Amino acid sequence: MNDTLSVPELDIDPYSEENLLDPYPMHERMREAGPVVRLTPYGSLLACARHAETHAVFNDHARFISGAGVGLTNFNLETPFRPKSLILEVDPPLHTQNRAVLSRILSPKVVMQIRAAFTAEAESLIDRCLEKSVAHEQIDGIHDLAQPYPLKVFPDAVGLGEDGRENLLVYGDMVFNSMGPRNELLAKSTARVAEVTQWIMAHCQRDKLKPNGFGDQIYQAADAGEIDPQHAPMLVRSFLSAGVDTTINGIGNALYSLAHHPDQYAMLHADASLARPAFEEALRWESTVQTFFRTAAGHCEIAGIPVRDSTKVLCMLASANRDPRKWPEPNRFDIQRRPTGHMALGSGIHGCVGQAVARLEGEVVLTALAKRVKRIEVAGPHTRRLNNTLRALETLPLHLIPV
Amino acid sequence: MPDITFIHFDGTEQGLEAPEGVSVMQAATGAGVAGIVAECGGSAMCATCHVVVDEAWADKLPPPLANELEMLECTATERQPTSRLSCQIKLTAAMQGLVVRIPERQQ
Repeated sequence: MNDTLSVPELDIDPYSEENLLDPYPMHERMREAGPVVRLTPYGSLLACARHAETHAVFNDHARFISGAGVGLTNFNLETPFRPKSLILEVDPPLHTQNRAVLSRILSPKVVMQIRAAFTAEAESLIDRCLEKSVAHEQIDGIHDLAQPYPLKVFPDAVGLGEDGRENLLVYGDMVFNSMGPRNELLAKSTARVAEVTQWIMAHCQRDKLKPNGFGDQIYQAADAGEIDPQHAPMLVRSFLSAGVDTTINGIGNALYSLAHHPDQYAMLHADASLARPAFEEALRWESTVQTFFRTAAGHCEIAGIPVRDSTKVLCMLASANRDPRKWPEPNRFDIQRRPTGHMALGSGIHGCVGQAVARLEGEVVLTALAKRVKRIEVAGPHTRRLNNTLRALETLPLHLIPV
Repeated sequence: MPDITFIHFDGTEQGLEAPEGVSVMQAATGAGVAGIVAECGGSAMCATCHVVVDEAWADKLPPPLANELEMLECTATERQPTSRLSCQIKLTAAMQGLVVRIPERQQ
């Protein structure tokens, strides 16, 4: 099979500091080169940067599997960074069984029950941010707002105690870095791997989880025989690794997007019911999870291009979300867009199982902001926290002007 | 090219043509049909593309899978006997003339 000639090759490293800081020029080069491209520094993999192919790969879970890992490492050839996730990094039928339980615990119906508590917390946090902004002329949109909110509401819902929650941040950063190459970013974030992993695994045990929280409900499903009891702690681990860093950056990126588009914020302030579509558009425009991989199970093809068995396929989700073939004026941040079909939360059977909770968090934070804050001003340059998979801010100085 | 008719909550009808192989949800969002929100984009994760299939058509569609049934418990407007998630109905030539009703609310 001569499959190298027909695929354009680009000398691009998606994990270089330059591309992590500003991925958009790289996305455009990859999208315009073809539906499938090769990257010189990672010769064995194929990459899709357009919406159609990214979506197609994600929706063909039988041919493009997750069980060999959703990062650069092929778990069939190399040892995973940690024991593999029993939801993210497995295929049917085990995936189906575990997913059914998680999906029930995090369903839209459950979201209706937690809405009032999540709203109250968002309102009191925005009040505290406003007080601080008035007193000190500025707040840090990340450390004062985007980070404390998910770190409070989500572990509360899981049923974790208050102490040691900062371990969740270190662990999340580590897990999402581990999906890229074994570079300096990964080495730095895993400096405390043993200690942090130990804390995480200890807090996945039933005695650490409050009765009837999301975590305890996993154990209840095991009691009922719906899942293997030995899998219960590992499924709780999925809440702890995927439920905090993602929404922190989702909210942080939404604040960044709104602060840099005062006309769009004015629209949201005038009509707080735009909070949910505004969060959605921020997910599309500045996607938290930039990339995930799949692995070819057998010889197959993407857009007519042959793909060999076991090939890792890099799916550029954030690039798909700005593909002009899919979105009119893709680089424009437009909170009235209603971007159905964006890839920020994945698609298909592995689509983010916590997405109803994530949307709730985004919606209630932006609603509380819209009602209390007349204007958001950028109060200084922001800084980025580089991660191999996530688009994340380290600091975001903002001045909130109260109504 | 199957024709689909959407009947809005106020009774107005909206017809459109869609290619085979796309879902009823994709056909609707592609044509900007109001009342089909489809937040999750077709993963059967949000229950905001709820439709009630016309009774004449109810038996002619492949039945819902477990994940769709689970999500139909979460619809904002109460589930009807022929309720479906439109993202899970893939159009075939045999669905020429399909009629679905859009419920009052999706969220």
